[in-house]
Amino acid sequence: MSRRRVVITGMGWITPLGHDIETAWQRILGGQSGIAPITIFNATTFPTQFSAEVKGFKLADFLARDEYERHKDVSRQAGFALAAARLAWNDSGLAEANAIDRTMVGVYLGGGEGPMDFDHFATASVEGWDYGSNALDTRRWADMAGRLLQEIVEAEQDPNMAAGHIAQLFSLEGPNFNTLTACAASTQAIGEATNMIRRGDAQVMLSGGCHSMIHPFGVTGFNRLTALSTRNDDCTSASRPFDRTRDGFVLGEGAGMLILEELDHARARGAKVLAEITGYGSTADAFRITDIHEDGRGGIAAMQMAIADAGLTPHAIDYVSAHGTGTKENDKIESLAIKRVFQDRAHKVPVSSVKSMMGHLIAAAGACELITCILAIRDNVLPPTINYQHPDPDCDLDYVPNKKRETPVQTCLSNSFGFGGQNDTLVVTEFAEAG
Amino acid sequence: MRMNENRVVITGLGVVTPVGVGITETFDALVERRCGIDRIQSFDPSHFASQIAGEVTGVNVKDCVPKSYRKATKVMARDIVLAVIAAYHAVKDAGLRTKCLVERGEVEGGINVDSTRFGANIGAGLICADLNEVTGALATAVEHPDAPENRAFSLLKWGNEGMSNLTPLWLLKFLPNMLACHVTIVHDCQAPSNTITCGEASSHLAIGEAFRTIERGAADICICGGAESKVNPMGLMRQSLLHRLATDANDNPASACRPFDADRTGTVISEGSGLIILEQLQHAKARNATIYAELVGFGASANRSDWLKPQADGRALTLAITKALADAGQPPDAIELVNAAGVGTRAHDASEAAAVRNVFGDRASRLPVLATKGALGVNGAGSGAIDVAVTAMAMKRGVVPPSLNTEKVDPACGLDVVRGDPTDSHAELAVSVASALSGGQTAALVLRRFGQ
Repeated sequence: MSRRRVVITGMGWITPLGHDIETAWQRILGGQSGIAPITIFNATTFPTQFSAEVKGFKLADFLARDEYERHKDVSRQAGFALAAARLAWNDSGLAEANAIDRTMVGVYLGGGEGPMDFDHFATASVEGWDYGSNALDTRRWADMAGRLLQEIVEAEQDPNMAAGHIAQLFSLEGPNFNTLTACAASTQAIGEATNMIRRGDAQVMLSGGCHSMIHPFGVTGFNRLTALSTRNDDCTSASRPFDRTRDGFVLGEGAGMLILEELDHARARGAKVLAEITGYGSTADAFRITDIHEDGRGGIAAMQMAIADAGLTPHAIDYVSAHGTGTKENDKIESLAIKRVFQDRAHKVPVSSVKSMMGHLIAAAGACELITCILAIRDNVLPPTINYQHPDPDCDLDYVPNKKRETPVQTCLSNSFGFGGQNDTLVVTEFAEAG
Repeated sequence: MRMNENRVVITGLGVVTPVGVGITETFDALVERRCGIDRIQSFDPSHFASQIAGEVTGVNVKDCVPKSYRKATKVMARDIVLAVIAAYHAVKDAGLRTKCLVERGEVEGGINVDSTRFGANIGAGLICADLNEVTGALATAVEHPDAPENRAFSLLKWGNEGMSNLTPLWLLKFLPNMLACHVTIVHDCQAPSNTITCGEASSHLAIGEAFRTIERGAADICICGGAESKVNPMGLMRQSLLHRLATDANDNPASACRPFDADRTGTVISEGSGLIILEQLQHAKARNATIYAELVGFGASANRSDWLKPQADGRALTLAITKALADAGQPPDAIELVNAAGVGTRAHDASEAAAVRNVFGDRASRLPVLATKGALGVNGAGSGAIDVAVTAMAMKRGVVPPSLNTEKVDPACGLDVVRGDPTDSHAELAVSVASALSGGQTAALVLRRFGQ
């Protein structure tokens, strides 16, 4: 028996470059940067003072009034998730479809944790600290935290809350998962959701990711790891994947959501098919907590697994949407891994990173990047890697520098590599009836 | 019967709980009715409404990693420590000679696991910051440090200098996928790896997904389950704010958590970890592995009514169980043992009991129910895998440990919770269920006694 085919029938995103597919896509093709000084909190003394924020977002614009009243207490990122899910759901036509068995419609997100209630937490911490003994007095802390912290804000921080809100909004009773494998989460979510449909555990999966780490602890954590760019004097050009002068990634935020659907189910309701998910690979580096394996072992294996899962060879891949964070190590090792996978064709396969414009959406990055692959297939155009000025001998591939490129695109490979050695790759293909 | 060429069996159990380390110690303690709930020792809880927890004591993660990895234990949050210890016990129990055990010199012969066919799927919670560490750093970033009445946190000072008081790798202690990261490094698991973060349903979902991974041939072995510690001031505060805790038993901790009891008043936080070795049947047979049980069904659903309140009619869990039974190709009548979460709150236990009644009808009042939380409390992401491990052990030993503190079963729940003395059981098929207390995810797994 041939395996069930999984197609994309809807998508939506909330990104630093716009709140709908076409606006943000045109900005990406135009090489616009979504990066600016941080406004969410006062970061003027932080090593990194800029990020790619979602601007002017109002959840109420995406929900009916009664829906908004129910969901208005969501965390920042879960709000992005609900809005993107609504866009994807509407795009798919499922909103108008009759006789959908909602016990067979599931959710699989790569949802990040909600931001901590930082101001209250910091105040309780200072109040609870005993400066005399230089230790925490948990009694004083408990008194203060108990007064300041709020039930709903704490509850909404759990990473699975966005998936729970989405289940309620659309009354979805299929399998409901949240994965949080750092920067690889939403690629992994989509891959696993694809396998659930293939197996028949669901007919439709709403899948993708959401995250915002643009908060004091998020920037602190990445600054302490020296993972972020600190190019404060020229932040719009700070995200420069594969460029020799790259100095780290730029935090972004947002959500990307896709409707994955079993092909016969999509056909039966006359849905438009945007593309087909044909391959998924997932591996662990099992190497070190801080470093990627120096040979790109896990990344190579994930790409090879995804290409084999699609029943293809590397020759069939027209474009690689790189993880391409703009850190020294990632870009070097990812380039090396691509060379290992593509061998003598490596220099002919265009590779680009939209993180140069959107920043790094962490758990949401993979879903948004998969959406750009689907749009590249639709429009036969590749998004550029902007801020690419200084070739790096360690990164010597075709990175689609600075300008979009019009070229036939049928099959794309999208990489996401997470802290902790988590590697995930998807292959997405132009839809053809014969398959 | 299921039509899949890759049957999946449980060949190793590793648990770390407030009543024991390792499955034998834990299971024996449960059979002997020992309770792991006591007044909190690891910090002063006296200004919290609930001052009790299930704490894990007497463990040292350094005993569970290769010598070369001891340094890395410094960047492990408590949740990670618990996962790494459980992983050690799980692979050892399964007779797998992993990189860790070989490097520690604990086993004869070389590594007997193909790393590229060895996966991981480990449920994790929202890992709480080590409060001493983070508050100590925050406390350096204040206006008027010498005038206590005017002292106030300053974000500007934090950015300038305060944050440098945190160790550079600080963030890596708290990323949920660092449980799987450390476990996969220590035991060299390079096949598909995932981290499910769905509260108390995490373990069941992770085990279910690992089951699918082996079924479809992407791995021969998966280490799966979950770990979490809620025993820290932030974890306790969050559960307090959510009004889930029993606050009337600070003077009598061992009786605090009362699954399905008519007089239950809330749950108790704890810490712990459960990791299970799932293995493709032929692979297990080829190496003469001990088989605890076969995993034959998995189902999952979600609460469509609310993301915080459980459904009175137990609909989402009913669906998960129904799907798991269908996946196993078994009618409800074939199930002879139910492992319920039984967290001890009024609403969650009622919802769970409603689901069991929905699925099993009249039989629900006679079906033995195994519930562990009276002894173990609720740790979050690791609770489910501990339950699955205990259930597998119960099937293998033919004994169901009793639920502590379940004295008079709530008539509204209408279940036959095993209580008082352990009960003999020869269940061929058991179902183990879990529901996320926040988020609304539900999951069920069907286990079958393994006969040659």
